[in-house]
Amino acid sequence: MANVDYETHEHDVVVIGAGGAGLRAAIEAAAQGVSVGLICKSLLGKAHTVMAEGGIAAALGNVWPEDTWQVHFRDTMRGGKMLNNWRMAQLHAQEAPERVLELERWGALFDRTKDGRILQRDFGGHRYARLAHVGDRTGLEMIRTLQYHGIHQGIDVYMECTIARLLKDGERVSGAVGYWRPHGKVVLFKAKAVVLATGGIGKAWKITSNSWEYTGDGHALALWAGADLIDMEFVQFHPTGMVWPPSVRGILVTEGVRGDGGMLKNNKGERFMFNYIPEFFKGETADNEDEADRWYDDKKSNRRTPDLLPRDEVARAINAEMKAGRGSPHGGVYLDIASRRPADYIRRRLPSMYHQFKELAGVDITKEPMEVGPTCHYVMGGVRVDADSTAATVPGLFAAGEVAGGMHGSNRLGGNSLSDLLVFGRRAGLHAALYAKDFGGPLTVDAGQVEAVAREVLEPFSRAGGENPYAIQADLQETMQNLVGLIRSERELKEALRTIETLKARAKRVRAEGARTYNPGWHTALDLRSLLAVAECCAMAALERKESRGGHTRDDHPYTDDQWGRVNVVLRLRDGALQLSREPLPEMPAELRALFQERK
Amino acid sequence: MPTFTLRVFRGDPTRGEFKDYRVEAEEGMVVLDVIHRLQATQATDLAVRWNCKAGKCGSCSAEIDGQPRLMCMTRMDLFAEGEPITVAPIRAFPLIRDLVTDVAFNFEKAKTIPPLRLKPPEPDGTYRMMQEDIDRIQEFHKCIECFLCQDVCHVMRDHEENKPAFAGPRFFIKLASLEMHPLDTRDRTAFGRTTAGVGLCNITKCCTEVCPEGIHITDNAIIPLKERVADSLDPIVWLLRKFRSQKTQPV
Repeated sequence: MANVDYETHEHDVVVIGAGGAGLRAAIEAAAQGVSVGLICKSLLGKAHTVMAEGGIAAALGNVWPEDTWQVHFRDTMRGGKMLNNWRMAQLHAQEAPERVLELERWGALFDRTKDGRILQRDFGGHRYARLAHVGDRTGLEMIRTLQYHGIHQGIDVYMECTIARLLKDGERVSGAVGYWRPHGKVVLFKAKAVVLATGGIGKAWKITSNSWEYTGDGHALALWAGADLIDMEFVQFHPTGMVWPPSVRGILVTEGVRGDGGMLKNNKGERFMFNYIPEFFKGETADNEDEADRWYDDKKSNRRTPDLLPRDEVARAINAEMKAGRGSPHGGVYLDIASRRPADYIRRRLPSMYHQFKELAGVDITKEPMEVGPTCHYVMGGVRVDADSTAATVPGLFAAGEVAGGMHGSNRLGGNSLSDLLVFGRRAGLHAALYAKDFGGPLTVDAGQVEAVAREVLEPFSRAGGENPYAIQADLQETMQNLVGLIRSERELKEALRTIETLKARAKRVRAEGARTYNPGWHTALDLRSLLAVAECCAMAALERKESRGGHTRDDHPYTDDQWGRVNVVLRLRDGALQLSREPLPEMPAELRALFQERK
Repeated sequence: MPTFTLRVFRGDPTRGEFKDYRVEAEEGMVVLDVIHRLQATQATDLAVRWNCKAGKCGSCSAEIDGQPRLMCMTRMDLFAEGEPITVAPIRAFPLIRDLVTDVAFNFEKAKTIPPLRLKPPEPDGTYRMMQEDIDRIQEFHKCIECFLCQDVCHVMRDHEENKPAFAGPRFFIKLASLEMHPLDTRDRTAFGRTTAGVGLCNITKCCTEVCPEGIHITDNAIIPLKERVADSLDPIVWLLRKFRSQKTQPV
């Protein structure tokens, strides 16, 4: 057996993940005066937040003074088809404006209004132009601002380090064990509190906007540590990913294209979204092209264009057009901004989309339409947390950002992710620090647990003749794409679960070739464990929920069912087995319920 | 499907060599796609950094046929089928393995830059900035930290001894973005002259040429910085600035 030497670091709070949520959590924890370690799988500043394009949703009211947190709250709940944790949605809508202004005080430079305030843009499902943005590279501005603010706050940053397991001392979390990706040595982090900020699970699908990092690590770490996961059936397929050429299939095309005037069209040139307006949104959606076009300039007397319905609705509509044979040559639909906006407007508002299509697809978006189709983008489900403190169901464990569940219900609105990261990242850092300060008794770590993880991590090197990790990963991605995709059925979900079982067996025999120094094959072999765990959770929860809602559409149960609107599907690991239950949603207080009766 | 010969550097600081691989490339593929195909089929332990695969994160920097470039934005149809394509790690930083280098230097330099010192808000409690006053800085904020400019800068590339007192083009634009920030009140001219070593740059514009974001590093950041540093040494300009108690306007 390989040696089990490891190095040790100790902090009051350890944050796993250094995207927007992790950085904001670390900054807040440090501000509370505790010692903070920030761990990331990539280099600092490369996390998925960097790829966010369109903007940060916050009811600043700079463009539309009518916008308030109540309107934002209502939009968010309706976008999530009312399955959201109402308290998270409320805190999010209330605190997002201050979090955005705070970024500005830390040096972020958002695009401006004529009177020098932060400009806001239209996005799907938001009643008013609400997204603070920097062209179409808002995530880059946000992560750089947090990164350069963070490096002066006395936080210890551990880059290119992957966490394999959390450690427990009795019921409570006591640290984490992982390995350094550059040299492959095992490392122990002793910690009174652990914040998960690891992002999502999108690498389990073949067509995805997500990078190699998105392997569901935090979801799996929480599950293995005994915490509850909720809403794992809800996966967002962003309606507009690139479809051509094949090598860029899935790369994100920002919703800002539609926010700034882009229209979806089929191969007959029809603006087909007018045929897909659901009953739920009829009252607030334009049913003819003239009204939709007027809405861009006059929001008071016109209803919004159906091109900006929430993402789940648009993705299903695109899918239906493609299936009906009205798609574009490469299996998508057209997204046309060139025929509405002048070239210099497009290049100024959407510089990276212009660059991306020009360089990767040879398409000039100021002259021709883009070809787009759905791509796996975001998981609404995640670690069950207390809304105010972000505490998971295991003491000492906190979660914020995409890895946490509840905030977005069954479907997230565009722009609500960056604000979620800031609002709940800050809350996670604050409450983890408070928990650490109150921590009683010694912080003990069982060396046996650490050594067991170390052995598990190094095991793939000892399996001569085992399987290629990339082959198993590709088979899982194919399975999830075909059987647990945008449209699901009982037969396919059961088949997916059977396939995942065989993949789990194959993953136990996976091999790593070569040595421990910067070895992506080995890293991929280890990431398979979390990837398979979250894939199984997603398929199980999807099989359980016998209705269609948000990011979960069942061919065999095509309607939304009020009974299912009252429960979360909860998953937890007990005695090595996944347990599933339906548990009631927290009940919304009457004064917030009233917001949904005022206006249709 | 065309087949290419990829000549990839394999090795670590103790020993290494270029190895030839034959790889098929489909229409529209970029170098990173071909590297991934190689990894999945012929060399599972081939070390390479990448994240977004869309030119937004700046992780996959390499030297392709000697040119510092992002692998994810370099299309295979740039190359003729018969000629081998050389893929090497960026040279200005210590090798870890294969195509991955230790870029810690940059994260250390980042920490030395004096951060934003915020001016007080307007009487109504807000901060106002006009778009035309931030256009130039927004250009600097496009930086994806691929460090290709650092790699190509000959002050460091060929002179390890310059590194301690030289921050490099990436951090000159960071410095310039803070110096020109409408809400900032700190003076970093002394820092720029001494710790960051702005004076060592002799304006060959190599950094500007390789920037995948098209940032005008030399013209818009480094030259104005050099002018500020020079002005700060001129007693008359210094007195005038003191008298006006404001920073000089960006050029």
